[in-house]
Amino acid sequence: MTAVREAVARAEPRPPARTGQVKAAARWVRRAPLLPALVFTIVVTQLPFVATLVISLMRWNSLDPTNRGFAGIDNYTAVFTDPDLRSAIGVTAVLTATVVLVSLVLGLGLALLLDRKFAGRGLVRTMLIAPFLVVPVAAALLWKHALYNPEYGLLNGVLTWLFGADAPQPEWISGMPLLAVEASLVWQWTPFMMLILLAGLQSRPQDAVEAARIDGATPWQVFRYLTLPHLRQYLELGALLGSIYIVQNFDAVFTITSGGLGTANLPYTIYQTFYQAHDYGQASAAGVVVVVGSIVIATFALRVVSSLLREEVRG
Amino acid sequence: MSRILGLAAWFAGLLFFAPVAWMVLTSLHSEPDAATNPPSLAAPVTFDSYAAFFDSDPWPPLINSLSASIGSTVLVLLLAIPAAYALSIKKVEKWSDVLFFFLSTKMLPVVAGLLPIYLVAQYTGMLDNISFLVVLYTSMNLPIAVWLMRSFLAEVPGEILEAAALDGAGLVTTLRRVVAPVAMPGIAATSLICFIFSWNELLFARVLTGVVAGTAPVYLTGFVTSQGLFLAKVCAAAVVVSLPVLVAGFAAQDKLVQGLSLGAVK
Repeated sequence: MTAVREAVARAEPRPPARTGQVKAAARWVRRAPLLPALVFTIVVTQLPFVATLVISLMRWNSLDPTNRGFAGIDNYTAVFTDPDLRSAIGVTAVLTATVVLVSLVLGLGLALLLDRKFAGRGLVRTMLIAPFLVVPVAAALLWKHALYNPEYGLLNGVLTWLFGADAPQPEWISGMPLLAVEASLVWQWTPFMMLILLAGLQSRPQDAVEAARIDGATPWQVFRYLTLPHLRQYLELGALLGSIYIVQNFDAVFTITSGGLGTANLPYTIYQTFYQAHDYGQASAAGVVVVVGSIVIATFALRVVSSLLREEVRG
Repeated sequence: MSRILGLAAWFAGLLFFAPVAWMVLTSLHSEPDAATNPPSLAAPVTFDSYAAFFDSDPWPPLINSLSASIGSTVLVLLLAIPAAYALSIKKVEKWSDVLFFFLSTKMLPVVAGLLPIYLVAQYTGMLDNISFLVVLYTSMNLPIAVWLMRSFLAEVPGEILEAAALDGAGLVTTLRRVVAPVAMPGIAATSLICFIFSWNELLFARVLTGVVAGTAPVYLTGFVTSQGLFLAKVCAAAVVVSLPVLVAGFAAQDKLVQGLSLGAVK
């Protein structure tokens, strides 16, 4: 249809100069609805980053405003030799990878359980979504005070129930700080993964599964050779979106441990450098390092999404 | 076997729901009853903590959160819908590059731009101002909204658009009769997701607001005191602040899934 219209358009005799003008005008008419969003995004998200890049090359501490100037790569040297920032890079990687992988695996398990018919399935699904819908700060406060508290938290309360008065009463947060943060995040993000994977399972072509069953395939074979390949793109999507959000996590670290006990991730560390130390140059250099790291991960992640998009176009 | 798997699902559901149930139960107990070991499940129910929460004047932060969330959601829709139109129905050249540009901004960690944003707010006198948060939340959610709306608008059947054009239907008629029915569920999913993410946001609000424009999450972080028991009050505050998201999310579970998956799942 489009081809026909284009052919007609080509066949119509027109002065060549005007055609060019008309085409350019038509292109701008097409672009017009896009421009406000594009300009807004560039101004609000890209310009600050350019500014960060500039500030990262400057000597600038807000407590010492007169001593401002070009610092070259000093801030970067400081960032890479600062043990806090180096450990923050490691913590961010471990935290993100652990939370994404564990929630994906648990989410897959839950999605498989919910993909079957049983009494009260709707209610169970609703209960499973609830953790994701608790405001993140509220969830972090809940875990810190109502669950982890060694004296009256629910976890130790349950231990007392099970094993009586001499039950072990671990100090959850000071004993295993990173694990404590991770557990609360896994609790919040597993429902997210489950929802995406469940939707993936339900979009699976049923006739192929039926045919395989009739041909005598075991449930494991059906899962391994039909379900899992079909779910692959949903697993990738969940991992991608989960990583985007969890890399940037601030609420849980800020609330549960205040970045102490070796749980300070990059967002928290940069927040602290800027908020408490007032070293604008070094905070910006750290920001640039985070961005470069994110770009490496993002390039890979975007490739995943672009394969999804191509499939959609083909489908 | 089938019965065991059903029981397993119930067990998992109850396990994940337990902290939420515990939060609600604790909020309904008196402070001493909330802080016992082992827990006192059957302690008498009281609304004292809710009364204490509402006596602490939580309305300014709650209203701030509401204005920031609704304001930015409206602004996101106003910007995202035309953009999505130009990326799906009347496609601009290189539309997929533009789409990926939007997504890539989402991968830029917000902390990286925090300092310049703070300085701009300081120099323009926009610190502690809710409209500044509206702009930031809009930029935070716009890429998601563009992706979501595009994936919905991409389902507008091209043949029907052409037929409408051949029948001489104008732009307004086409938009209303052909595009709107496909776009409405997308707008609903987009609004839900943008509202939730804005309502939940802590980092920007914490750095850029103070006593005037502080949002509900910021208010929550200040609710923990070092003196005396506060567990029931914290839980009551957490319940109240989470309630809008819980209600909206439960009421629109399918929209939630569509939104979270950027429209990949419909």
